[in-house]
Amino acid sequence: MPKVTIDDITIEVPEGTTILQAARMIGGDVVPPAMCYYSKLKTSGGYCRTCIVKVEQGSAKDPRPMPKPVASCRTTVMDGMVVRNKTSQEVLEARAGVVEFLLINHPLDCPICDQAGECHLQDLGYEHGKVETRYEFDRREFEKIDIGDKIQLHMTRCILCYRCVKVADQLTDGRVHGVINRGDVAEISTYIQNSIENDFSGNVIDVCPVGALTDKTFRFKSRVWYTKPVDAHCNCDKCSGKVRLWYKGEEVLRVTARKDKYGEVEDWICNDCRFNKKKTSDWVIEGPSKVDRHSVISANHYDNLKVLKATVDRQQLALPHGEKVGLGKGALDPNNIHGKH
Amino acid sequence: MALTNRAQKVQTASLSWSEKLYLPAILKGMVITFTHLFKRTPTIKYPEQKREIAPVYRGQHVLKRDEAGAERCTACGLCAVACPAEAITMESAERKKGEEGLYREEKYAKIYEINMLRCIFCGLCEEACPKEAIFLTDRIVPTTFNRGEFIYGKDKLVESKDEPVDVTKRQTPEVLDFKKDKKHYHNRTFLDKITRKKAAH
Repeated sequence: MPKVTIDDITIEVPEGTTILQAARMIGGDVVPPAMCYYSKLKTSGGYCRTCIVKVEQGSAKDPRPMPKPVASCRTTVMDGMVVRNKTSQEVLEARAGVVEFLLINHPLDCPICDQAGECHLQDLGYEHGKVETRYEFDRREFEKIDIGDKIQLHMTRCILCYRCVKVADQLTDGRVHGVINRGDVAEISTYIQNSIENDFSGNVIDVCPVGALTDKTFRFKSRVWYTKPVDAHCNCDKCSGKVRLWYKGEEVLRVTARKDKYGEVEDWICNDCRFNKKKTSDWVIEGPSKVDRHSVISANHYDNLKVLKATVDRQQLALPHGEKVGLGKGALDPNNIHGKH
Repeated sequence: MALTNRAQKVQTASLSWSEKLYLPAILKGMVITFTHLFKRTPTIKYPEQKREIAPVYRGQHVLKRDEAGAERCTACGLCAVACPAEAITMESAERKKGEEGLYREEKYAKIYEINMLRCIFCGLCEEACPKEAIFLTDRIVPTTFNRGEFIYGKDKLVESKDEPVDVTKRQTPEVLDFKKDKKHYHNRTFLDKITRKKAAH
C-alpha cells in the first residue's frame, strides 16, 4: 500500500486512491476544496481546478517534483509522494486565481439566489478567493430556462462543473442533458429545451454546487437560514426515502437529500419524495439535522435549551427510579449547555 | 466581609430634639426648590422646538428607491439576520414582466416589516444591506397608543417618489464611491443593463 504525505501528515492508502481521497481520509484542514469532484459520481472531477495541490516529490523511486500544481481529484498517489496543500503559498495563490476565474462570469446575485447560504461557490470565494474582481467586461447572460415544471436552470450562475450531467448519465435511464457549445459560450442544456422527465432528475438540484439548478417549488419562498432542517424518512419504493425537510414554522418549504460534510448527497431521493410530499404527515421525523455552527443556517436557531432538556432526560433514565437529576450530576455541565455531546 | 465600599450603615439612633421639629428639613427642601426657579430649564416644548441631533442620528428607517424610482430592496434577508433584536421580517416575491420600473431586481420584498418596539436602532441592518436599500434617518419614530401601529410595513418604510428622504449625511465617501461605480454589477440599474447591452450589439 502506498504511503503519501499531505501537509506533513503521512497516511497509508489503498492502490489507486487519488490525492483528494487520501486527504479526505486524513480529514480536517488538509482536505482541498472541490467544486466539480463528487465521490458518488463516477468520472467526476477534473474540470474546476479548485482542488489543485503541489506535489513536491513524485514518488519514492522518482523524487522529482511535478512542474506545476496538479488536480488532486484526478491524480493518484504513488508510494512516497509528498503533497502540499494549505502549507504551500504557491497553491493558495494559484487557487485564488482559479476562484477569480470561476467568478468571472458568475453574476454575484447572491441576494436573489435561492442557493445563498448553502452555496459552495460562496464558501470557496470567502475562504480561498480574493476580495475584488479585476474583470471589467460584461458578464455573459442567459435567459432562465424551465427544465420541466419543477426545476429551473439559471445558466448565468453555472460554473460548468458537469455534476448534473454525470447525474443524468449515471443515475437515470437515458442521458437527457449535457453541455453544448464550447469555451465561454458553453452551456448546460437539454435537447431543444426538452424537459427532464424521470424519477431521479431532481437530484441535479442537490449536486449543483451553485444556484444554477434550483427547485422551482422553493423559488423565493425563504432564505435558507430562516428554514430549519430536520432529518426524516418514509417508506418509498423508488428510493431510500431518507431526506432532509426544511421547515419554516409548521410548513415544509422544501425536501432535499441529506448531505455529508463535503456537501455530497448521502442517498439519492426520487422526485416524488422531493416535490410531492410536503406535509409533515408524509414523514417520520428523526430529529433536527446537525448543522455546522459556523454555517449561516444555524443563525437564529435556538436549539441549545432543547438539547439540554434531552440531556437531562437521558440522564434521568440512567438514574435509579425516584431519583432526580440535580446539580452535580452533570445536568449543568457546560458541555451539555452548549449542546455538545 | 464587605464586597464593595458602597454599603451604608443603617441609622438606628432616634431623632434629636431639633430633628423632631422637622422645620429645618422642610426649610432646606424649600430653599432647594426655590433655587431651581432661577436655573436654566432643561425641558423643551417638543413638537414646536426640536433638540439638535447628531448628523448621523439613527432614527426611523427608510427603504430607498434607485434613480429610476424602483425599490432597491431585494428581500435578501441579510438585515434580518444581522438584526440583534430580531425586529425585521420579510416575505419575498418574484417580479413579473412589466414591473421593472417598480422593483430593481427580479426578487422583491412583498412584505417588509420592522417592529419599532423591538428595534434598538443599532444600524446593523444598514451596514448589512448589500443593495444600499435600508438607511436609518434623523426622523424620530412617533409615539402612539397602540402596539400594532409600531409594526411598520412597507407603506411607512418605503420613501415616496415625490419626496425622497435625504440620507447623504449617513453615507461616507467610500460608500458613495462604491455606489456610483458601475463596474460592480449590482450597482447597475435595469436601464444601465439595457443600454450596455445595446451598446455591445
